Amino acid sequence: MQLYLPIAEVSVNAFLILGLGGLVGVLSGMFGVGGGFLITPLLFVAGIPPPVAVATAASQIVASSFSALLAHLQRRNVDIAMGLVLLAGGLAGSALGIVVFNTLKALGQADLLIKFCYVAFLGIIGALMLQESLRALRRVRSGAAPARRRHSWVQGLPLKVKFRVSGLYISVIPPILVGSFVGLLAAIMGVGGGFIMVPAMIYLLGMPTRVVIGTSLFQIIFVTGFTTLLHATTNQTVDIVLAVLLITGGVIGAQIGAQIGTRLRAENLRLLLSILVLAVCFQLALDLVFQPAELFSAERGAPL
Amino acid sequence: MTGRAVVLAAVILAFLSAAVRAEKIVLGLSASEVGITATFDGSDILVFGAIKRDQPVPEGSSLDVIVAVTGPLTPVIMRKKARRFGIWLNSEAALIDAAPSFHAIATTGHLPDILRDTEDLRHSITIPRAIRSIGNDVTDSTAFTDALIRIRRSEGLYTLLEGAVDLTEQTPFRTRIALPANLIEGRYDARIFLVRDGEVIDVYEAPITVRKVGVERWLFNLARDRPLPYGLLTLSFAVLLGWLASAVFQRLRR
Repeated sequence: MQLYLPIAEVSVNAFLILGLGGLVGVLSGMFGVGGGFLITPLLFVAGIPPPVAVATAASQIVASSFSALLAHLQRRNVDIAMGLVLLAGGLAGSALGIVVFNTLKALGQADLLIKFCYVAFLGIIGALMLQESLRALRRVRSGAAPARRRHSWVQGLPLKVKFRVSGLYISVIPPILVGSFVGLLAAIMGVGGGFIMVPAMIYLLGMPTRVVIGTSLFQIIFVTGFTTLLHATTNQTVDIVLAVLLITGGVIGAQIGAQIGTRLRAENLRLLLSILVLAVCFQLALDLVFQPAELFSAERGAPL
Repeated sequence: MTGRAVVLAAVILAFLSAAVRAEKIVLGLSASEVGITATFDGSDILVFGAIKRDQPVPEGSSLDVIVAVTGPLTPVIMRKKARRFGIWLNSEAALIDAAPSFHAIATTGHLPDILRDTEDLRHSITIPRAIRSIGNDVTDSTAFTDALIRIRRSEGLYTLLEGAVDLTEQTPFRTRIALPANLIEGRYDARIFLVRDGEVIDVYEAPITVRKVGVERWLFNLARDRPLPYGLLTLSFAVLLGWLASAVFQRLRR
């Protein structure tokens, strides 16, 4: 069934978009990532103009994250106190990110920056997660007890707060820094930032994997909701018809994903996510290195 | 006396040739308005007409019809990628001042054979002639216009259908212009050229209005005029559907 999108001004197959939303929803429910790093490139391939794809993907992330969050809330896997601290940093970071983004856009290299950020961060994080999860799996096989976390510089900072759900007593400075860094990248890359947030919470803040996903979802909802409103009011590039299609597929997928997620071990989950992240990174890197089929691109201006 | 005879002869000649050229287009369009609805999937415009003449068909000369439908003109920023430091990035840019967002041509025959270049230049009929790029300081601006034509052709926005106009007995003609789904709103001009021996002897213009209607119109206006409520509406859909899916799945699990 073909549907005409009022803002994107293209006609798309409704079932294709529903399917894309569903696929990304499954991943988002499984791993606690918003899926922005997957949905945005997929929408480009489906023929949606890039500005509309970036803006509308944000609203889809809100929906699938919200749906998955409800599932996690019931299992009490959300550290709301930590989420709020991360969010405070996140909003500040994304406001700064928009300034950086607009500066580079004026220089005409925003595209390159986005792709570069994707390749760099997906590559680094994917590789780190792959290495760590393989080590954890080997540990589980050999039956050795996991090594206790060493006391790092994180423990020595002031403004300590008790995060009961996470079982942590740490300073609020590292979560605020993590949140603002993720917010900054989120604004530049047009994603929720879950794929950076999840490993940062595990490895940097030392949060248990059980609460990481729910807490990440909690803060993603607000950051991407904020992004959606910014795009709608400044660029008018949010397509509501596209959004509803993506959302419908996405929320159903997210529920299925959350079900699959509870049946998998945390180590396996991390291994799968790292492979997925590396695959997307590899694909994007190939696009940068190999000669594109069409060297030219056209950007239509407003009618005369 | 001889001077006057020459003038008279010239007047008669002019009158005669005017009489020979007295062929006019009488036209019909299947639609003068195209409404973009939610399920819009492209549309066909049927262009049909006849040639009215008060003289018999001239012997030994050829008559052709060219139908051109042109969408709203917009400026276009063209970018070209080049390899720098081992990766492909945008290195050159050029502004094309005005290019039609849509341009379809249907003819009775092979275009270079039936239309003189000077006539093409005067009426901007073919695609390269319809694109204006003045005052560009890029070294090879033709490479950029060629690329634009290539890109838009692959998107079905620029088409050239030679031999798609049926002209029967040099009088009635008809053709079908396909409007693709990725149209932008605005005024589209259908121009019909009557060409005898490579020269345009009559032009008929008819506007076609393309505009969003119904829900599409309402949503588009809302996004433009009241962006904040529109954004909040999108977000509330997101939250509502997110909650709904969660509630439904919970019920299913029990």
